[in-house]
This record gives sequence, structure tokens and C-alpha cells, in this order.
Amino acid sequence: MAPRSFLQWPVVRQLSTGDLLGRGPAVTSARTKAITPRTATADRVVQSVCPYCAVGCGQRVYVKDEKVIQIEGDPDSPISRGRLCPKGSASEQLVNSPGRQTKVLYRAPRSTEWEHLDLDTAIDMVADRFIESRRRTWQQEDDQGRLLRRTMGIASLGGATLDNEENYLIKKLFTAAGAVQTENQARI
Amino acid sequence: MANADCIVIQGSNMAECHPVGYQWVAEAKARGAKVIHVDPRFTRTSAVSDKHIPIRAGSDVVLLGALINYVIANDLWFEEYVTAYTNAATLVHDDYRDAEDLGGLFSGFDPEKGAYDTSSWAYAEKDDGKIEEPGPGSEHGAEASERAAGDTLGSGGPALEHPHVQRDETLQDPRTVFQIVKRHYARYTAEMVQDMCGISIADFEYLARTITENSGRDRTTCFAYAVGWTQHSLGTQFIRAAAILQLLLGNVGRPGGGIMALRGHASIQGSTDIPTLFNLLPGYLPVPSAGRHDTLKDYLDIIGSKKQKGFWANADAYTISLLKAWWGDAATANNDWAYDYLPRLTGAHGTYETVMAMLRDEVEGYFLLGQNPAVGSAHGRMQRMGMSHLKWLVVRDLNLIESATWWKDGPEIDSGELRTEDIETEVFFMPAATHVEKAGSFTQTQRLLQWRHQAVAPPGECQSELQFFHELGKRIRAKLAGSQDERDRPLLDLTWDYPVDEHGDPDAEAVLAEINGRHLDGPDAGKPLSAYTEMRADGSTAAGCWIYTGVYAGGINHAANRKPGQEQGPAASEWGWAWPANRRILYNRASADPAGKPWSERKKYIWWDQEQGKWVGDDVPDFPEDRAPGSQPDPSVGGPAALTGDDPFIMQADGKGWLFAPRGVMDGPLPTHYEAQESPVANALYPQQQNPARLVFPRADNLSAPSAGTPGAEVYPFVFTTYRLTEHHTAGGMSRWLPYLSELQPEMFCEVSPELAAERGLEPYGWATIISPRSAIEAKVLVTDRMAPLKVGGHTVHQIGLPYHWGVGNSAVVSGDAANDLLGVTLDPNVQIQESKVASCDIRPGRRPRGKELQALVAEYQDRAGLTVETGNRAVTDPAAEGIEAGPRGDGSTDGGPN
Repeated sequence: MAPRSFLQWPVVRQLSTGDLLGRGPAVTSARTKAITPRTATADRVVQSVCPYCAVGCGQRVYVKDEKVIQIEGDPDSPISRGRLCPKGSASEQLVNSPGRQTKVLYRAPRSTEWEHLDLDTAIDMVADRFIESRRRTWQQEDDQGRLLRRTMGIASLGGATLDNEENYLIKKLFTAAGAVQTENQARI
Repeated sequence: MANADCIVIQGSNMAECHPVGYQWVAEAKARGAKVIHVDPRFTRTSAVSDKHIPIRAGSDVVLLGALINYVIANDLWFEEYVTAYTNAATLVHDDYRDAEDLGGLFSGFDPEKGAYDTSSWAYAEKDDGKIEEPGPGSEHGAEASERAAGDTLGSGGPALEHPHVQRDETLQDPRTVFQIVKRHYARYTAEMVQDMCGISIADFEYLARTITENSGRDRTTCFAYAVGWTQHSLGTQFIRAAAILQLLLGNVGRPGGGIMALRGHASIQGSTDIPTLFNLLPGYLPVPSAGRHDTLKDYLDIIGSKKQKGFWANADAYTISLLKAWWGDAATANNDWAYDYLPRLTGAHGTYETVMAMLRDEVEGYFLLGQNPAVGSAHGRMQRMGMSHLKWLVVRDLNLIESATWWKDGPEIDSGELRTEDIETEVFFMPAATHVEKAGSFTQTQRLLQWRHQAVAPPGECQSELQFFHELGKRIRAKLAGSQDERDRPLLDLTWDYPVDEHGDPDAEAVLAEINGRHLDGPDAGKPLSAYTEMRADGSTAAGCWIYTGVYAGGINHAANRKPGQEQGPAASEWGWAWPANRRILYNRASADPAGKPWSERKKYIWWDQEQGKWVGDDVPDFPEDRAPGSQPDPSVGGPAALTGDDPFIMQADGKGWLFAPRGVMDGPLPTHYEAQESPVANALYPQQQNPARLVFPRADNLSAPSAGTPGAEVYPFVFTTYRLTEHHTAGGMSRWLPYLSELQPEMFCEVSPELAAERGLEPYGWATIISPRSAIEAKVLVTDRMAPLKVGGHTVHQIGLPYHWGVGNSAVVSGDAANDLLGVTLDPNVQIQESKVASCDIRPGRRPRGKELQALVAEYQDRAGLTVETGNRAVTDPAAEGIEAGPRGDGSTDGGPN
């Protein structure tokens, strides 16, 4: 091991770097110096909005190799000025959580277990059930002959966590199908 | 809020639940504003306020009513504002009788239906007539409650036949709204607040003094609330009471004023504006009801009279533009723009009604779209039992939430009420895309639309709802192609061709453009509409949601506007886009005096510029731009043209802010204190205990605890209230699967006072079991002075705090019992929101029983209290005291008799 030069003494480093309190460059290790934040090496930064409460804090999403590597507050947002709460700060984990489900699962009647179903088959099965239930439960008129044009056999719940455009398509499709029982958290 | 001189936060724990928004409260406080927190618990918000005032959960109308009384009795109301801008001077019809005269009921109560005929609350017309609602006949409160008609008032007030009101500008006529309000609240005193809310007279006076000293020409006070106000059997009236107070103080339409609704989901405002709600079409147009809206003419006559004032008179243009957006060329003048393609309501079809319909096997299929009702809705057991009756269930979420797994690991599997091998329900779990894996807009709590750009593609088989529903719609249409069945026409004629990317994901901007709308005819054909005022009722315009028109003006996505905040003024009008018309403060004409001058230099916002002949200022004026302050147009011209120069409330049928609501509120024209469905306290103001018009569901699986003074009340002696934590999100679907957040708040707990802990032998950090008439749950005990016992009506009321984020299941990082399992279903009659902020319970040390013993414990309590399906469900508490014949509640509920 080479003898240490007095130039490496902490007090000398503090004086020579101007870091008098010893909280900056004077005490930074070579290893720390070699580290750059993930955000600095991202391929791109995408502006987004926090998905939790309705304050609508601005987010910057850092992407590298088509993966989200970090999500931070957007200092440009006049609403949040760069800040995020614990949930917003954890939202990278919402995207990359190891427990997140990325496969379609199906539970058959009376079954005790899930099984995998491919996406295309699943959508087709849902479409078939939608059409059948609608047909079985159709109400054209009430007992006084007034138009109803609906099904009370299909319902939905959800929308407050979704986009305006998504709510719009859901409402449009369900209304055209006569499925009036669409609801969301706003009722709760 | 940053501009307020005083901020009252009541019914919200803002610092905990909206921490980043709270920076603006902190900023106002640093400038010298007073911040007062009124809440049953001392919370993180209380800790950073000037003062915390503990209140008994559910008693807010007593406090707000007493503030109204204080303001009037001490002559502290803003006379010029109130006289000119509110309906204080308007005369109410002679038939009206106040709750003060009828033991807590207003005139028109129908005990058979458990609802009001609201016609006696009407404004007086010349020659002794009443100003009715437009269209044929008037709707009974029972029918209005069923379709949650209060929801249709999300962007303006109820329709009136015409605006020819009678006014007494001196406010002295006993029939003026002002005198009625004064009489109604005369018994809401500081002493009553002490007795009913548990608030000391000194604390009440501090609150009253602080808000009145910080209101007027130079100063403004702001209120903020959240679901602590909405989730009550009279939640709408809590907010109405605050609105009356704020109008009397002149704090509406002005910077630093108003009542801020702090909403809890990223786009819960958007999902109300573009509603996935049973009773609304986009832009607060009602879904038609059979018998009331049978033809397009009936519908248009009723939702907005051409004779009334303001912009709702043009509802025909908004409706027909919507029909054109959905059914394109198939919507023609000859078929009433395809009006008959719309399904009809015949009563209540809200989420709780739907669950009860599941139990009757009337619902076959159910979609859950980013929502976890097994944990997050009231009465979790009813939710899960309801789902077990479905033929098929589609759960679209990021994680395997409890609503997807109840069939294998839910509480009813453990209790033996359900057996996995017997459950016929097919369950599809379909993985969803996160907010960064799709493009689209959220509408946040101040009506601001903000666009999110897509960062990455969704992984695996994850899809956005946009892609899933577009695809589902395409397949349904393909499978029905060629159908001659008339019922399939609305699906087959639907405009449903959106451009898709290489992954099949539809272009969200194309959907936003449809929502915004476009011209169909003339020189501008194909061009986006710039404002909803360009809409026509002749089929020449199409738009999916009239209040959002302008977000895509000029073909530019204004929701994606991102001029940095530091480069613009305080309104930051170039960041996102606020409905309507990118206006940041609604009704901002009221920020100037009747002559058009700012009330003060300090609170200057919008004013009349005589030279330019128009309204100018820091925001988009919320008023016809060139309507001079002194204008007195002939009211019979109707619509926006009939607004006088001092009618700032341009979405109201008479242009005024309503202290008294002659229409539109189903449980009384003035907020009146009633106790909760379950309360250990008797109503000291009236013989009537509960809101007589609340919606009850007398069923064996939905029993209620007896109210104070009735046998069995002592079995459930304590009040519990539910709430959120910073580290979790509602039912946990987006937080309990995240290791970081799960580590920060790992476990279900209950907050109790040291006094209650001593009384019941609860050990700190030990277990407690909480029992309600619906269920029993367990939680770790947190003993804290933050839950102060209150002295109410001469005895001590203990309150228990319960966060509601946990649920029973095996998939999340952390799980636990769900607080919402304790709740029953009783609803507000205006909007059908459940009462979940106050209910009765017992608490005892130790863990809850497992297996069948759990139900046995709940049943033992029910027996001891003598509960029946009738308990707590009478509409009228004491018919003799209120001078009417009480019938059984019967079909006053929207469900029918016992189950």
C-alpha cells in the first residue's frame, strides 16, 4: 500500500477544494464520483401526470431501452412545482412491480385455480358473453309500452382512474348496447 | 387557495390526502392567512394549521348553520354582493312551510314514498302563481332521487320555466329568501354547536370571527372539503350549507374564495364530466327516463327552457351535437337525431342497486375497470356475495386485486358462506396498462385537463381501456353485422372507426377531437369547434362533450399545453386546459362589483373596461364578453341574451347564486341538521332524527344500529369514521402491491383515545375487534390523544378512526381486514352516495373469530340489540310531533321490502 501523501489529509482537501464544512467534494469517494444518476443516462424524458389523487402533479418519466427507469416530479408544473408525495414518488414501482400481472388469467366455473388464456381468445369470449347476456336480458319496452331499449344484465364499475378518452369510449359503447348500469368511484 | 386570507378545511385531511396540493395552503399561511381544520381527528392537516377544532362526525350542518346565523344576526354579511348576486331578494311562494314549522320536515313530504313533492318550494310568480320547472308536469322527489338527479347539476343549476321572479330589494318581505334563511337558522346557535358538535363556545367564536374578519371587499375565505362531507345521508346538504355561507360572505367567484372539492382519483372529475355513471350523458345531460323524457321534445323542454336565463337554455344544441357525434349520418332530423337509440331509466340503477340486482340474479356480466369494490365500496360482504351470483366477471386491473380473487381467498370462503367449488362465476382477469403506457388526458380536481404522453408500450398482454373497449366494440359489431334486429341498430350505426397504431392501440387524440367536436356543414366543415357557443341544434355540429369543447380548438391539443409555470402568471392559463373555455375561476364576474369595478385593488380579478367595451382581467371572463354592467335586457328573450349586467351566475336559470334552492335538491331547499342513519345522539334541533328523504334498504343483510333513545342503541355505543393515509390509495389496488408503500404503512389499525382504551381494556399495539350490525373486523390498536372524546348532549361520545386501505386476500404485499365491511348501505337522496363517514359500532380487545364463529359473533350482537329490518329505517321519526300520518317506509326505498 502506497504511503499516504499529506495532500490527502481531510483538512487539506477541505481547504483546497473550498468545501470547508466537509460535506461536498472533500469527502466524495472516487466511487461516488464515478456514479451518474439514472436520469442523466435516460434515452428520453416524457411528460406525464401522477395517476393517484386528483391534484394532478406533473411527472417526468425517464425511459432507457424502452423501460421506465425513473419517475420524478416535473418542476415546470404550476400545480406541483416538481413535488410528488410518497405515492407519486413510488409510481415507478407501479409500472415495474414484480407482482404486476401481465398475462390474462381465466377462472372457469367451479374451478379452484386460474389458468392462462391468450388475449385474443379472452376478448372474443367476453364479446360472445356480452352479446348473449344482452340478448337474454333485453328489455324493449316497459309494461306501459314505453320504450326502454336496454339490458339490465350487464354492468360496469370503474372510470375514476382512467382517461377521459377511455371513459368516453366506455360510455359510448355501453349506451349504444343499452347497458345503462355504468358506474364509477364518483358515486362512492 | 394560495390567494385566500383564511382557509377552512372541513371534511378533509388535505395535508395527508393531497399533500402536494397542500403546498398552496402552506404558502397562503406563510403569507399570513389563517388555516383552520375542523375534523373529528387531529391529523397531519391539524398539525400544520393555526387551529384544530374537533367535531363529532356528521354534525357539520349544525356548525355551518350556526355560522350562517352568526353572520346574519351580527350583520356581517356582504350586503351589496348578496343583494345583487344572490337570490336573497327573490320571493318564495306562499305554500312554502319551513322545517322550523313542521318539526324538521319541509312542506310537501310524502310519507308513503319517503320523499318530497318539492313544488311548494317554488319561487312566487306574479298573481300568486308558482315558477315551475319547464316541460309537462313536475317530477316528484322520489323519482328524482331514483335517477340521482342531483348529479345533473354538475355544470349549472336546475331549469326553471322562466326567470320572471318577484324581488324585494329591501329584503324585508317575510317571503324573501333572505328572511326565510334568517328564520331557518335562528336556533342554530353557539350553544347548539356546543351541545351537538362537541365544540366549545370559545372555539366556535374563534372560527366565526376569523372567517368574517377575512371576508368582504378586501379579503376572502376559502373552504375545502373532500369525502368527509359527501359520504353522508345528507352529504349534498353539507356542501349546500357551505355554499350559503360563502355567498353571504361574498366569497364565490373571487380569488381566494370558493369551496374546493378535493377529489381523490386522478380523473374522478373527468369520469363525472364524461360520465361512466348510470344517470348521465357527457356534459351533465341526463340519461332519459321512461315516462318523463319519452320524446326528444319532452327531453329538451325539460332539461333547459328556452325562456330561462343563461347557457343551459341552449341544451338542445349540446344534446343534438352529442347524438351526431355518436351516430353520425344515422342521426337525422327525421329520426329526432337518433334520440330513440338512447336507453331509458326506470328508477335507480346506481352501483349499490346493481349489487342488489346481482343478488337477485338479474345481472349476468360485470366489468371492473380499475376499481376494487370488494374492499373499496360500502358493505364489502354484499359486494362479494353479489359477485358470486354473476355468470361472468371481467376484472381489468394492474394487480390481482381482491375483487378478482374473492372466489378463492375472500372472507366468505373462510367463513364458509361460499365454497369455491360451488361458485359458478367465470372470472376473466385482464391486465391493464399503467398511466405511462398509454396517452390520454386526466381531468384533475380544478377541472383542468392535462395530457399524458405515452412513455413506453404496455408489457405482455397488458392493454389500455381505450384499446380493449375499441377492440371489444369492433368484435361485437362484427359479430352482429347483418343483424336485422332493430335493437342492434345503435351498435351497428355507432361511429367507431378510430385510427390505430402498429400495436392496435387507438389514437387517443382522435377521441379527444371527437369529444371537442367539429363543424359538419358549411365553409368550416370538418374543422374543430372552438367553443360550445358555436354548437347548433340543426345537426350542423357534432361534439361528444359540450363542456370540453375548445380543448381541441384550432386542431391543437390544448390539454398538452406545457408552458412552464415559472414563465407565466398565477392563473397559468397555458398549462393544460380547464373546462369551460379554459376558465380558471368560475362565475368570476362576481369578482367585480355591480358597476363592474373590482371590489378592491387587493382582490382584483375581472373587471369591465369601458373603453374597450368588454370584460378584461387575469382570467377568461365567465360572462358574455360585451355585456355592460348596467345592461337590463328584456328577460323574455331567454338564454344568455337575457342575462342582466349583474347576473354573474350564468349557468343558473335566474342568473343568481341560490341561498334557497326552489328546485333541484330532493331533501329540502335549505340544509337542515339530521343525525346519521346510525347515531348515539338524539337530534336536539327537531323531533325528526334522520334525513326523512334518505334512501334506505331494509334488508336482512343490511341491518342498522338503533339510534339514540331507542332500545338496543347501547349495544353499538361508539361512532366510527373511515379515512385515508398518504402512503396508500383507496382500496389499495395501486399501493398495496408496491413494496415501498407497503413497507411505509404495512398494517390495518384503529385509532382510539386513551379514555376509550382504558374503558374497553385495549392494549396499545395489541389487537381489537370492531363489531357493527354488518360485520366484525380486527385491527391493531393505536391509542392516541388525537382522538379526543367529545361531550355531546351531556354525555361522552367516543369516536374510532379506521383507515380503509386493506383487504383480505393472498396476492398483495400487505393485507388485512377491510373497514368498509363494517358499513351498511344508506344513501344521500340527491346523488346516491353512501353514508360511510359515520356509523355505530362496538370495540373489544383481541382478534376476531375465524370461520363460522365470525358470523355468530355478528349475530349475537344483532340479537342483543334486537335488530330487525325495520330498525332505523323509518322515514318519519315521530309522526305526532311532525303532524303527519306515517306509513311504513315501503317503496320509499328504491329497492323494495325485506330481502
